[in-house]
Order: sequence, then structure tokens, then C-alpha cells
Amino acid sequence: MADTATRQENYDHLVLNTCVLAGRIMIESGSEMSRVNDTIMRIAKNAGLKDAQVYATLTGIIMSGGVKEVGAEVGSIDKRAFDMEKVAKVNELSRAYAAKKIDIYEFRDDLVHIDDLVATFPLWLQTLGAGLVSGTLVVVFQNNLPDFWITFIVGMFGWAVYYFLNIYIQIRFLSEFLAAVVVGALALIAVKNGIGVKADDIIIGGMMPLVPGIPLTNAVRDALSGNLISGPARGIEALISACALGFGVAIALHFF
Amino acid sequence: MNLFIIKCICVYFSGIGFGLIVNLPHRALNVAGITATLSWLVYYGVMNTWGGLGSANFFGGLTIGLVSVVIAHLKKMPSILFDVPGLVPLVPGGQAYNTIKNFALGDYQVAFNYLSEVVWIAGSIALGFIVAELINKIRIKIKYVSKGWDK
Repeated sequence: MADTATRQENYDHLVLNTCVLAGRIMIESGSEMSRVNDTIMRIAKNAGLKDAQVYATLTGIIMSGGVKEVGAEVGSIDKRAFDMEKVAKVNELSRAYAAKKIDIYEFRDDLVHIDDLVATFPLWLQTLGAGLVSGTLVVVFQNNLPDFWITFIVGMFGWAVYYFLNIYIQIRFLSEFLAAVVVGALALIAVKNGIGVKADDIIIGGMMPLVPGIPLTNAVRDALSGNLISGPARGIEALISACALGFGVAIALHFF
Repeated sequence: MNLFIIKCICVYFSGIGFGLIVNLPHRALNVAGITATLSWLVYYGVMNTWGGLGSANFFGGLTIGLVSVVIAHLKKMPSILFDVPGLVPLVPGGQAYNTIKNFALGDYQVAFNYLSEVVWIAGSIALGFIVAELINKIRIKIKYVSKGWDK
């Protein structure tokens, strides 16, 4: 009798642990809060924790099992990046769990090893993507066809700087700032040497991969769904990013 | 007309490029480009016929919201995957840059003009998202009621 009670308790602990882990991965990869809440509650309900409660913010998750013996669990979130494939993967896993294709042990195992399951695009492809965003948007925004290639290259350099600084510095705002300085400087140097036509257009294009589009979208959605902690917090995140980019460009304009 | 076609292709590739940056799943990349193109076409059409800056961006945002929800249902993926790349061609990048530049150069009057334009565009896109979300909520509600499920 006592044995089954302990087993049930262990199982509930495992479910709680899985839920918090799933929520953590989703918030760290840049998902919006209502989706995080939905996913966690869906997992908990399917696992039999009927009265589970979750409180998720941008920097941490608190979740209680609603069962007396299990108590609650806390997960802290320190670093947020954008990795949409992880969001899609967790979503897929929770659907598979709801359809009883995988059990909770497999689910937890997959979540723990999500870095191995989800492939990221290699660096060269990412830089190529940044170049594509930069080059094409110069044409779309400014009707400036001749500057396509130089913006393509400047955008690639800006993203590469951002990527490497992110690995070594760990402060996103600082790497955004330095990447903006590089983009501005390269654009002005290119125009001075006659490679580019309009420095302003090249800077606008080169900045586009760094612009905080996802935090801004998420800020609006979180605030709309009634999450008044995470919505404004994301708004501030986006605002600081935008300021960092702005200061970077301003410094480049000043010195070059 | 030539420039218009070039721009359409550019918008499509900008969506794909942004997808590469934020690590979209492979099978979502193409669709993300199409979402971006659709929303930009709506924006462009409204901008060049009867609308101003506000309504054009509003309808652009609305299109992104609706299209991404539909595609998310078809592909069984979260809708955020598709509205992030769709947003890229609507972001007021030029105006934001001019705001910063004029602040840095000390032309505060011009800077505030551009800043209000940025706020206006961002607000319109956000409003478009809000309305799309609202329509989606109503649709789900209708589905629940018509199937007789009590939530």
C-alpha cells in the first residue's frame, strides 16, 4: 500500500518536473506566454494532475501539482534566445504525449536532450540568411537596387559579429550595440570608397536582422492575453535592444 | 512594374532569410516566405490605392495574424512560427533609423516627426494583430458552441 503511494508520488514529481522543463525550454526559445501556459496545463491534465496551477513569467516558472504530497516546483530562466524549432518541437512532443504515442519517461528524456534532437542551421547559412534579410529589405524599403550586394555583405558581417560576441560576452544588449557599430562603420567606409551609393540605406538594411521584431510581437500578444507581468517586461527588453542599436549607429555616424 | 516584381521576390526572400536567423523548422521556411509576401502585398495594395500609413499597416498586420493561424492549423505547428517572418517587411526600419540619426545629429524636430511615425506604424501593426487574435478567439468559440462542447 505504501509502495503504491510512493510510486504515485514519484510519478507526480516526474510530471511536475517535465512540465517545468517544457515551459523553460519554450520561454528560453522565445515563445509567447499563453502558449507556454496552454502546453504546461495540457501536459499536466493528460498526466492526471487535475488541479495543477502554473505561474509563468519571463524569468521563471512556479508550478504546483495541486496534490498535497508533491508540493510545487520552481524553474528559473536566465537566458533567452530565439529558436523557433525548439518551440515547434516541444509543441509536437506535447501533442504526441496527448495522443499517447510516447509516455512521460520518453517525453522527459526528449526534453532533457532537446539540444541533440533539434538541429540549428550552421553559421554560414545563418549569415547568409542575415545577408538575404538585409539586401532584400533595402530594395523593399528604399527602392535602392544598386546597393543590394554591398548591403548583403554588410548585413552578413553585422550578424557574424553579433553571433560571435553572443558566445563570448553573454550580454545581448552589448553584442547588439557592437554589431550596430560595425554595421554603421562598414556602410560609411563602403560609401567613402565608392562601393556603395547611399550610406543611410545600407545601414537600414544591415540593421534589419538585429531589429527586435520577436520581442515586440510577443510583448503585444502577452499584454493582450492579460499577462501584465510578461508583456511590459518584453516591451522593455525590445526597447533596450532598440536603444542599443540606436546608440551603436549614432557612434558610428559620429566617428566615421 | 519591373521594380514591383523584383520587390515581391525580395519580400519572399526576406521572409526566408529571417526564418534562417531564428531557426525555423525546414518545412516552415517556404510557407514563412509566402506569408511575408501575402502580407506585404496587402500592405502595398492598401498603401497605393486609398489608404494611408496607418490603415496599410493595420491591414498588413491583420493579414499576417489571419494567414498564420490558418497555416498553423494546416501544418500543425505553432502560429508564432509564421507571423514572425511575416512581420519583417512591415517593420518601420527606415523611420526608426532616421529618428536615431536625427537625434544623434541634434535635429530634434525632425527626429520627433520620424518618431511619431514609428509609433504610429507599430501601433497599427499591433492593432492588426489584436483584431486577428479577436477573430480567431470568436472562431474557436463558435466551433465550441456549434459542437455543443462546454468549456
